[in-house]
Amino acid sequence: MSSPPPNVGLFVTCLVDLMRPVVGFAAVKLLEDAGCVVSVPAAQTCCGQPAYNAGDQTDARAIARQVIAAFEGFDYVVVPSGSCAGMIRVHFPGLFAGDAPMAGRARALGERTFELTQFLRDVLQVPDVEAEYIGTATYHDGCAGLREMGVKEQPRALLAAVRGLELKEGGEAEICCGFGGLFCVKYPDISGRIVDGKVDDVLATGADTLLGGDLGCLLNVAGRLKRRGSDVRVRHVAEVLAGMTDGPPIGDP
Amino acid sequence: MSEARAHIFATIRRALGRQAPSAEQAAALHRRLDAPEPNVIPARAQIDAPARIGLFIAEAERADATVARVATVDDVPRAVADYLAANNLPSVLKVAPAVADIPWSERTALSAVAGVAGGGDPVGVTGAFAGVAETGTLVLLSGPDSPTTLNFLPDTHIVVLAAARIVGTYEDTWRSLRAAAGGDGPLPRTVNWITGPSRTADIEQTLLLGAHGPRRLHIVLVDGDDG
Amino acid sequence: MEATTRNFERNARKALADTKLQEALARLSHGFPAKRRQAIARLPEFEALRDAARDIRNDVLENLDFYLERFETRVGERGGQVHWARDAAEARSLVLKICQDAGARTVTKSKSMIGEEIAINEHLEANGITPVETDLGEYIIQIRREPPSHLIAPAIHLSKGQVAESFKEKHGQFPKDRSLEEPRALLDEARTVLRESFLEADVGMTGANMLVAETGTVVVVTNEGNADLTMSLPRVHIVIASLEKVVPTLDDAATLLRVLARSATGQEISVYTTFSTGPRRPGDLDGPEAFHVVLLDNGRTTMLGSELHEMLRCIRCGACLNECPIYRAVGGHAYGWVYSGPMGAVLTPVLIGIEHAGDLPNASTLCGKCEDVCPVRIPLPRMLRHWRQRQFEGNQSSAASRYGLKAWAFLARRPALYRLAVGPAVAVLGMLGRRRGRFRRLPLAGGWTASRDLPAPAGRTFLALWRKRPAGRP
Repeated sequence: MSSPPPNVGLFVTCLVDLMRPVVGFAAVKLLEDAGCVVSVPAAQTCCGQPAYNAGDQTDARAIARQVIAAFEGFDYVVVPSGSCAGMIRVHFPGLFAGDAPMAGRARALGERTFELTQFLRDVLQVPDVEAEYIGTATYHDGCAGLREMGVKEQPRALLAAVRGLELKEGGEAEICCGFGGLFCVKYPDISGRIVDGKVDDVLATGADTLLGGDLGCLLNVAGRLKRRGSDVRVRHVAEVLAGMTDGPPIGDP
Repeated sequence: MSEARAHIFATIRRALGRQAPSAEQAAALHRRLDAPEPNVIPARAQIDAPARIGLFIAEAERADATVARVATVDDVPRAVADYLAANNLPSVLKVAPAVADIPWSERTALSAVAGVAGGGDPVGVTGAFAGVAETGTLVLLSGPDSPTTLNFLPDTHIVVLAAARIVGTYEDTWRSLRAAAGGDGPLPRTVNWITGPSRTADIEQTLLLGAHGPRRLHIVLVDGDDG
Repeated sequence: MEATTRNFERNARKALADTKLQEALARLSHGFPAKRRQAIARLPEFEALRDAARDIRNDVLENLDFYLERFETRVGERGGQVHWARDAAEARSLVLKICQDAGARTVTKSKSMIGEEIAINEHLEANGITPVETDLGEYIIQIRREPPSHLIAPAIHLSKGQVAESFKEKHGQFPKDRSLEEPRALLDEARTVLRESFLEADVGMTGANMLVAETGTVVVVTNEGNADLTMSLPRVHIVIASLEKVVPTLDDAATLLRVLARSATGQEISVYTTFSTGPRRPGDLDGPEAFHVVLLDNGRTTMLGSELHEMLRCIRCGACLNECPIYRAVGGHAYGWVYSGPMGAVLTPVLIGIEHAGDLPNASTLCGKCEDVCPVRIPLPRMLRHWRQRQFEGNQSSAASRYGLKAWAFLARRPALYRLAVGPAVAVLGMLGRRRGRFRRLPLAGGWTASRDLPAPAGRTFLALWRKRPAGRP
């Protein structure tokens, strides 16, 4: 490669950090295998979306400032979540409507922020990955990844290169799983009905594995699958792409 | 000027942060209204006359209308009589004055009376100002020779349409109506776009034809007549 | 009608437990959206048409006063009359007065959301005038005394059995043992009953899908043909419409019509699109002798220029309802008032006050599907967030959620402190959950574990592990 390797800041997301670190390591492996220099700024917590979606602009803005300051030195910000990536790219600039310099910094950062599989495919143009996963998987499109970031084909294209993996599309892959951040605890009955629909769709594909790019959705759907006694394995797409599937799937011992 | 009207206009202007549009703005807006421009026009309707007729028939049938083609206007009564007989329908027509001159009873067993529709008329027959190929839509204009109720009250609505009156798009009909506009503006009291027979899916999403309007819409397309 | 928006959660629970409703919602979810997709697939220009439709509606809002004046002038020139109503009460009085002046005893109506919004039926009844809804779905809910549960399919929540029960109760003139098992029989009975109403009504009242400024024309769209019988048989035609329904030209109307039916029912175009301009003309053989248009504001002009400005683009197609996971789970009645689904969650707080409709903007996953399918590209999720912000800033959200959020945000803004706080918590949960990999129940997580297990965390945070990562490889 003639140009210097891209300097990537990994925004690991609070859920990956707290719940499932393997997704973060998988993301690092995929990025390093693709020739990136990966850093993980220690001054990261959350993208601020819970505050933002709850109408708490003050906290959302403060957290956004923190993310911008921690990440604006990198060539790219890569996020193993379409939802948090969407928060940074689509929603940060609007938080600084009355503050042109900050809005400019937010926009500049947003333009360099990508969901993981999107970054691998669209920016790095990674043709395939070196990984094996024996199973049949179906993919759930997280809403923000799909609609705010335009993530749809990228994970599927990469998964196509995984040896032993067959992908089966669910009829409702693009329909929300009912997670919605705080929504799922505020309106558990409605959320429960929606995730049941998602589980039905997953089961109807006959797949033994559910993959997705957003841990929030995956925790939700895995939780309902397990509650219904299903043995469908749930994993973040990065785990499979990086060949890091030795540990237990989400919600399994 | 009502108080409510004044209040509403004041609120609008305050919200928009201005008084009434400036002379310049108003002139631009008047131009927009007085010389209307079409917006996005679907390519599928921008086709030559024979293709338009084909598209019109296909789209009308897609909307559950039936279409018969005849060579001349003299063939219309036969086609109508055949349609009614084939569907076990009464051969008593209430016809719009616009199509009353057609020799309905000369060589058929049809009986035809011109006028508005009553609640009991089984079959209404009208002409049409145009057919729009884009969606198989009929355009009917109200007027002294084309009462509107004929389009809606009878169980069966039969429309006699000259093939030459089939245009591509809705906008084509606006253009010709504007070109012919008199003192009352371009539109008659009522312009009816009709695409297929009346229907509802209000009960369990079950599609049923014949809600309040006609149960059947039959179009007799006259090839050799340009009027 | 009395709003029950305050009881959204209770309404929603009831809806989720109602098996008939759930069957109806399943039919809806698999009906309209698929038909919409098929219709769009046939029209390559659909996205361009959405842009054009959005631009037309934006132009209308920017020049609303101009277009309304022009519309009013043209209606007057064609012999009709425009009336202005600031609020529901004024609109009700105007309509009642026109009906009374016409000596009306029976008023036929075609479906109008504005009619629902101003509760015109109750007002007419209270004044001795009988309103008869003629859209089949609207007729059904009128005799059941229910509000509509959907913008374009008001009785979507009912089964044919429920409709049959209502008809048997209402239509005493028919044999008691008649069969009403099939939708066809129900439709034919309603057609027979309503045909009489059409012919005897003194006044016909319709809503409006659009008002055309160029010509002073009212555009009404139906599939049943009921609006046409409503407006062409009685002596007087009253149109009730909200004032933002105006569009500049007939060409603009054509553009909007191209996206309306496709978005609503998946039809290429509705069966009947009717352009009415004034009362009957000299020589006309039928049509109303008088033509009145009542234009309602009811708070809409206060939305102009506000964060909710773009909501005024709405053309009431119902696509956002059909595609909304929340609407599909609980149906329209849970929303507790006239409008439901995402558009209702944005609009209802304007019309009845956010203090009465607090749950509506919150009961959304912000999945974005509504904006995705909106034919005029209304950023509905952004507007739902706007309401949440208004609630948060007005201290209207629940104290528990505010404090929880504030405490979390306090930590999230302090990375070092955050690390100290989350590390031990994750370690404990990781240890407790290791054996099963998940929790069925957990203190303070009842909202989550009510319907799903909580997958256990790994026990160490990524950042803690990352710090210990040997330089080079993980």
